Amino acid sequence: MPENVTVRVNGSPVSVPAGATVAAAVLLSTNACRTSISGEPRGPLCGMGICFECRVEIDGRAHRRSCQTVCQPNMEISTRG
Amino acid sequence: MGSVTERKCDVAVVGAGPAGIAAAISAAESGAQVLLLDDNPAPGGQIWRGGAKGSHHPEAGLWLERLSNSQVTLLRGSRVFHAEGGLLQAESDDAVYQLRFGSLILATGARELFLPFPGWTLPNVVGAGGLQALVKSGLPIAGKRVVVAGTGPLLLAVAAYLSERGASVTNICEQAPASRLGAFALAMIAFPGKLREAARLRFLARQGRYLTSTWPAAAIGKESLQAVRISQNHRIRELECDYLACGFHLVPNLELARALGCRINDGFVEVNHLQETSRPGIYCAGEPTGIGGMELSLLEGQIAGFAATRQGEAGKRLFAARTRYKKLVPAMRETFRLRPEIASLGQPDTLLCRCEDVSLERVRNHNSWRAAKLHTRCGMGPCQGRVCGAAAEFLFGWTVESSRPPIFPVACASLAKVSAPPDQREHNEAPQ
Amino acid sequence: MKTGVDILVMGAGIVGAACAWELSRAGLQVAVVDGRFPGAGATGAAMGHVVVMDDSEAQFSLTRYSQTQWDELAEDLPVHVEFERCGTIWVAADDEEFAEVRRKAAYYQARGVPAEILDSGALQNAEPNLKEGFVGGLLISGDSVVYPPAAAAFFLHKAVESGATLHFGKALVLLGHGSARLADGTTISAAKLINAAGQLAAKLTPGIPVKPRKGHLVITDRYPGFLHHQLVELGYLKSAHSLTSDSVAFNLQPRRTGQVLIGSSRQYDVEHDRVEPAILSQMLHRAFEYMPGLRNLSSIRVWTGFRPATRDKLPLIGPWREDPTLYLATGHEGLGITTSLATAKLIRAQILNEAAQIPVEPYLPSRQTIHESHVEKGHA
Repeated sequence: MPENVTVRVNGSPVSVPAGATVAAAVLLSTNACRTSISGEPRGPLCGMGICFECRVEIDGRAHRRSCQTVCQPNMEISTRG
Repeated sequence: MGSVTERKCDVAVVGAGPAGIAAAISAAESGAQVLLLDDNPAPGGQIWRGGAKGSHHPEAGLWLERLSNSQVTLLRGSRVFHAEGGLLQAESDDAVYQLRFGSLILATGARELFLPFPGWTLPNVVGAGGLQALVKSGLPIAGKRVVVAGTGPLLLAVAAYLSERGASVTNICEQAPASRLGAFALAMIAFPGKLREAARLRFLARQGRYLTSTWPAAAIGKESLQAVRISQNHRIRELECDYLACGFHLVPNLELARALGCRINDGFVEVNHLQETSRPGIYCAGEPTGIGGMELSLLEGQIAGFAATRQGEAGKRLFAARTRYKKLVPAMRETFRLRPEIASLGQPDTLLCRCEDVSLERVRNHNSWRAAKLHTRCGMGPCQGRVCGAAAEFLFGWTVESSRPPIFPVACASLAKVSAPPDQREHNEAPQ
Repeated sequence: MKTGVDILVMGAGIVGAACAWELSRAGLQVAVVDGRFPGAGATGAAMGHVVVMDDSEAQFSLTRYSQTQWDELAEDLPVHVEFERCGTIWVAADDEEFAEVRRKAAYYQARGVPAEILDSGALQNAEPNLKEGFVGGLLISGDSVVYPPAAAAFFLHKAVESGATLHFGKALVLLGHGSARLADGTTISAAKLINAAGQLAAKLTPGIPVKPRKGHLVITDRYPGFLHHQLVELGYLKSAHSLTSDSVAFNLQPRRTGQVLIGSSRQYDVEHDRVEPAILSQMLHRAFEYMPGLRNLSSIRVWTGFRPATRDKLPLIGPWREDPTLYLATGHEGLGITTSLATAKLIRAQILNEAAQIPVEPYLPSRQTIHESHVEKGHA
C-alpha cells in the first residue's frame, strides 16, 4: 500500500498521505473549494458531508463533496466550477 | 450510476457511529442478518473518525474491532434518500440500494449547530468538529494557530486533539458562563470516562486559555481568515489565527425519522424503554433521542440492537447504566444553553443561507420557514436546510420540517428508482 | 372590526396579486386576503412558464394576450423575479409528432407568433443534451420562464404602492354577498369580491367547478449550460387531454440559477400532497428518454402542487351567477402564471364596464361547457 497518493488540483499535482480526502488535497493547494453564487470564496465547514461547502468537480463530475471523498491516484479535481 | 442492488436483512442500521455500531453488533449476536449503512468512507461516525488510531477513546478500538469480526454487512459511503414501509433506498458512488428490512434502527447521530456572525463564511472558519474531521482526513495543522469557539464539550475534545497534532490552540472561547460550567464539571465526575473531560476542563481553565462567557463577534480576513474578534464578557479582543473552529453544540439528525413518521417530541425522537419509536419495528439510539455523548449512545445502541432481535434479557442488564448516563442529557442541555447574545451575532447583511447566499435581513422579513424559503430561496440549496434551517430554528423560533424525498441529494437516476411499498407495487408502471 | 373597500381579493397567489395590482392602479380601494402567505398555493409549486398555447382559439387568445403583458412588463421586473426569455422547443419524437410541428408552426405564424421549425440537426444544435435521433422540433422564441412567488410578491408590492391593503395569515371564515369574515373576527365589506383562491376556490365558494389536479416536480443542483430552452414533448397534449387517468409527460425548464426543473405529471382525485414514488419514478424515466444526461445530475428537492382545473381547460374569469357581488378568477390549471396578467385585465374590464382587449365569453363562469349535467368519472 503506497504511503502517498498524487492527485491533480486545478491541473497541478498534489501529494497526500494515502487515505486523505480530496478536501485535504484541495486545501493544500489553494484557498477555497468553490466560489459561492455571490462570488465569495468558500471552504469546508462541517467536515462531515452535510453542508456542501466543500464541493468540487472530480473527474468531470460536479458537486462532489470533497470531505467525503478519499483521494485516488490521478484524480482530476477542479475548484473552478 | 449503477443498477439497483436489492438486499434483504433482518435488521437495518442507519449510521455507523458508536450507537449504530453497538446496535449492529448487538443485533448480530442473535444470529440475525444485519446491514449497517453510513455515508462516510469508513465507520466510526464523527467521534471515532479515523478509526482506533485517530481516536482518544479506547472504546473506539474495541468496538471497531468487534465490528470487523462480526457478521454485520457494512455499506460504506451510502446515503439513505428514501424510506417507506419496510424499504430503505440508499445511494453510493457506484450503486443504488433497495434494502428490505424486518426491523430498522436509526442511529443517524447529530451535526454541529452553525450560527451566523460576520465573516463566518470565510475560508478557514470551520466547525469545531469540522476542523477535527478535516485534520483526521489529512489536513495538516502543525504549527497553525487555532481559536476554538462556540459551546459544548466538543470544544475541549477538539482543542486537545488539535494540540496533540501540533496546532497552537491560542484560546477556547465558550459562550456559557463559568458558573454553569463549574456545576457541569462537578456533575461529570460522577461518570466514569467523563473524568478526563472534567480534568481537561480544569487544566485549561487554570492555564487561562479557556475563556467562558466568550463568543465570536466577527471573523476578519479578505480571501481567508486572519483574525477573530471575540467578545469576552462584552469586552472586545482580537486574536490572530489561521483557523477558527467554531460550533454551537449539536443538533440531532432527524430527517430520516421524520420521513418515516416517527413521533418527534421537543426536538428529539420519542422512544420507549426499548428504544422503540412510535412506529413499531423502528428503533432509534444515540443523539437523535437526546444529546448525551458517546457512552449513552453505546448503551442505547446495544439496547436497541437487543430489542430489535428479541434479546430482551441482554438489553435489560444495561437499563441501569443507561438511566445514569441519561442524566447527562438535561445536564448538557442546561450547561450549554445558548445565551441571548448568540442570537444577535449576525448583522443584517450577514448571510444565513450559504448555499443560496441569502442574508439574515432578507429572511427576517418573513414569518415562517416555508414563506422565507419560497421567497428568498433560503434552504433550497444542496444542504437542504441542514445548516441554515437549524440556525433559523434557533434565531427565529421557526419549525423547520421537511420529510420529502430525497432525504439527501442524490442523482436523478437514483431518485427515479424510488419504489412504492410492496403492497402498491403492481401500480408502478415505470419503464426500466 | 369592520372595514369597507371597493374590491376584496381572496388569494394572494399570482392571479390574485395581478388582479389586486390592476384594480389598485385603476384607482379602486383593494384588500387582499390570504390565510397563509403570498404564493403558498399553486403559485409556489408552479413551474413558472410563460407560454403561448394552441389547444383552442380561446386558449391561444388568452395566453397570447397575457404573454404580451409579461413582455411589456419584463424590463421593470426586479432581478429576483428571474424573468428569462429562453423560449420553448416542442420536441417531435417521430413523423406523426413532426406533422404536429408543421401544423403548430402554421397556426402560430398565421397569428404573428414567431415560430421556427427545427430539423433534427438544428434541434441537436439548440439542445446538445437531447438524445440524438429526434425528428425535429418547433422553437417558440417568445416564451419565457419566471420565478412565480417573486412575481406574485412584486405584483402585491405594486398594489400596495397604489393603496391596496394586505391581510395575511388570517383564514377566511365566511364569504359572499359583499363581505368576508376573517378568523380573527374582522369583517371586510366590499362592493365586489374576487375569488382567486386557486385550489381552495371551491371551498370558499361551494359549487365552483374547479378540481385539483396534482403534479410533481423535481429540481436539480446548478448545472449552467446544461439546458437552454424550455422543452416539451408533443405527446404532452395528447396525455393532458385525458380527463380520467394519471399521466406523465416530458417537460423541462432551465432556471436562471442553472438548475433544471423536471416535470410533469397530472393526477386526478388525489387530495394528499405526499410525494408518490410511482408517479415520480415514471416522470423521471420519461425525462431520461429525452435527455439521458439528466440521470447524472444531482436532485435536491421534490415537491407536489395542485393545479386548479376546470372541465374544459379554460379558466373562470367573470361573475358568479349565484352571487352578484362575486367574481371568479380561478381554474387556470397549468397556465396560471402565464395568464395571470390577462386575467387581471379581463377582470378589470368586467368590473369597470370597460371594453376588453379580447372577447371575455369563453372564460365566463356562466358558460355551458363547464356545467354539463352528466357525471363523468374522474372529473369535475
